Amino acid sequence: MVTFMDKIQVKNLSISYGGVPALKNANFSVRAHEILGIIGPANSGKTTFLRTLNRLNDLDPRYRCEGEVLIDGKDIYRKWDVFELRKKVGMVFALPTPLPISIFDNLAYGPRRAGIYNRRRLDEIVERSLKAAFLWEEVKDRLRESAMKLSGGQQQRLCIARTLALEPEIILFDEPCSGLDPISTAKIEGAMYELKNQYTLVLVTNNTKQAARVSDRVAFFLMGELVEIDEAHRIFTVPKDKRTEGYVSGRYG
Amino acid sequence: MKRIHPKTTEKIVFSFLFLSTLFIIVPVILVVFVIITKGAGALSWEFLTAMPRMGMRAGGIFPAIVGTFYLVMGTLVFALPVGIFSAIYLSEYSKRNWLTRFIELAIVNLAGVPSVVYGLFGLGLFVVFLKFGASVLAGSLTLAVMSLPVIITASREALQSVPQSFREVSYSLGASKWQTIRHAVLPHALPGILTGAILSLSRAAGETAPILFTVAAFYLPRLPQSIFDQVMALPYHLYVLCTQVPNVRMELQYGTALVLVGLIIAANLMAVVIRSYFRVRKQW
Amino acid sequence: MRKYYEWVIETLISLSGIASIVFVLLICFFVLKEGLMLFRTTGVFDFIFGTRWYPISEPPRFGILPLILGSLWVTAGATVISVPFGIACAIFIGEIASGWLRETLKAGVELLAAIPSIVLGFVGLVTLVPLVKKMFGLPTGLTALSGSIMLAFMAMPTIVSIMEDALNAVPRGYREGSIAMGATKWQTIYRIVLPSASSGIIAAIMLGIGRVIGETMAVMMITGNAAVIPKSLFQPVRTMTATIAAEMGETVQGSDHYFALFAIGIVLFVITFMVNLLADLFLHRKRI
Repeated sequence: MVTFMDKIQVKNLSISYGGVPALKNANFSVRAHEILGIIGPANSGKTTFLRTLNRLNDLDPRYRCEGEVLIDGKDIYRKWDVFELRKKVGMVFALPTPLPISIFDNLAYGPRRAGIYNRRRLDEIVERSLKAAFLWEEVKDRLRESAMKLSGGQQQRLCIARTLALEPEIILFDEPCSGLDPISTAKIEGAMYELKNQYTLVLVTNNTKQAARVSDRVAFFLMGELVEIDEAHRIFTVPKDKRTEGYVSGRYG
Repeated sequence: MKRIHPKTTEKIVFSFLFLSTLFIIVPVILVVFVIITKGAGALSWEFLTAMPRMGMRAGGIFPAIVGTFYLVMGTLVFALPVGIFSAIYLSEYSKRNWLTRFIELAIVNLAGVPSVVYGLFGLGLFVVFLKFGASVLAGSLTLAVMSLPVIITASREALQSVPQSFREVSYSLGASKWQTIRHAVLPHALPGILTGAILSLSRAAGETAPILFTVAAFYLPRLPQSIFDQVMALPYHLYVLCTQVPNVRMELQYGTALVLVGLIIAANLMAVVIRSYFRVRKQW
Repeated sequence: MRKYYEWVIETLISLSGIASIVFVLLICFFVLKEGLMLFRTTGVFDFIFGTRWYPISEPPRFGILPLILGSLWVTAGATVISVPFGIACAIFIGEIASGWLRETLKAGVELLAAIPSIVLGFVGLVTLVPLVKKMFGLPTGLTALSGSIMLAFMAMPTIVSIMEDALNAVPRGYREGSIAMGATKWQTIYRIVLPSASSGIIAAIMLGIGRVIGETMAVMMITGNAAVIPKSLFQPVRTMTATIAAEMGETVQGSDHYFALFAIGIVLFVITFMVNLLADLFLHRKRI
């Protein structure tokens, strides 16, 4: 039953690393303009799944996958050009990863590789992205400074801005707040909330409270299996599966 | 037999070890000291910029300095691109398979080939077979092959020390493999590559055996006009001065040695300075 | 357009990757090409085991046994001197010295490594050779002994630096465990660190030997260049490397003498190839 526009469709997806299965036969969809939170204990396949969406897993020679992942209806392995895919599907990693170059150059990196060298256009892109990540006011006077001088929270917002510079449609977050203090975390969560108006967000997190705060729907992964996916409030109050209940109530994890 | 307390044994042994170390280090310092003191007397503007006279017994060593310079430049031009690209292959493209192992073995072997065998190789391939004759070209090519192992190894280490996260960030922003290497990896590996190149080239500058048959001439009336000319070179000049020419003032011999050693040590110091400067500034 | 440009670059990269293999093969080929020509006129056995190296007599004799033995004596002498001192130095710098002392000593070793062999040969010629002559009351100081001493110095940076790497690779936990059980530092080094680093130590020694066998200029200037079978360390000898360097300038291209020198090159290449191969195997062995 397809009522909403399914931005991402996952069909019978199985992933393994060097023979060891990481995800078994997952089937679900991500709707346009929603925030999908993915929760579950360590080694459940959450990050593995995320890294398949932008084909970052291709870098690992031991990686194998079967099944289909469709974004905008097209198979990401057979119908999408991988470089176009990665521009449309941005990723924010767990530890803030600014390149050791200036703030401006960090943001301009993606556009430059895509062939945009015009100074005025780059200035526009940099300003637009920083504003959308709620970082513009704090750094607008020091764009030439090294990005390494920013605080952890600012660096993470920089990383968000960096993906926004490419005008993606989907943004993936891999435990983005794991190294951040509560205030920075709140800022990032606020940014995510604003971003979903324009983009589709997939958030992997170990923090169930965060998933509850931010997500529209939540998917629970356990040991490589998608156990349950539902509206956020239902997952945390009346989950259908016993295992989900055990995890969200803290009985294990 | 009375047992010696282990602490005493330790003290005795450590003293021996210290003395052994001094036995190595002190002569080195003495050698450098001797060269400096006995050679400084010969250093003068004329010595460094004039042509030799009286069968090398007077005048300057300018052509030898120029020759060494040309050889180093030639080595750089041939060895650096091949060396860096080779390191990029090993660091970014190769997989852990038998081919890679073969390449690594080949590098170890290139590093271990005696310098005089390089001379034979240069003679056989560049001078005779390719008909370049004894020339700057042949000498540079020979020295370039000889310099490859150090450049490749140093560059590979520099590339591999760049964090993997830089590459992931670059890919996730839609860059291709070469773009990632060129913009996210190479710039940050540059200091290591640079020091490797400097060290390698300074070694090439001091080598005698490879240039014996491929380029070096004892006395040339003019400076070289093209890459097909022979040149004089500092190490060869020193060799001839102290073994072939009778009655050369010791001062001149020490002076030549001083110039050669001075250039090499200056290059090494430059490499060390570059390495420390970038290590301090490194933000990752 | 960009795809094409990147394809060109990646091809160049792959080609450069195998360049090392190509060059080793080229070296092999060209040395063999000229060297094997000798064996049309001189038998292999006569070459390797012949005791007379008279390249300019009529008829010429190309037996390299005196040269092989010359290289062997000088190498053995250098090894005997450099290995104990090199190991001692590596242990001291790596395990005992610290702070500025360690940095200074390391700089000293690197300084030694940087001095070109021609300069060391020159200095050896004017200082060490007369010294040896005086100390032992010999007719000349140009002897295998002088050569061994000089070469020992040249081999030491190699031995020290490779051993240092081997010692560094021993996990800290090993040392800490030993000290925690009450052993002294020396006991720890002797019983735990050294055995653990043993394959690295062997590799260091082998690479040092390889360095010594291949050395040309210093040896040529100091060992006296008499191509006779050495009976003691106090005589002049001739090594294989010095022979090539000294005589190539006087040969006619394409003559038997020319081919013979290349043939010596083959022998040298084979010896150093095997030594390096072995050393590399030791370096890559798993620690016990």
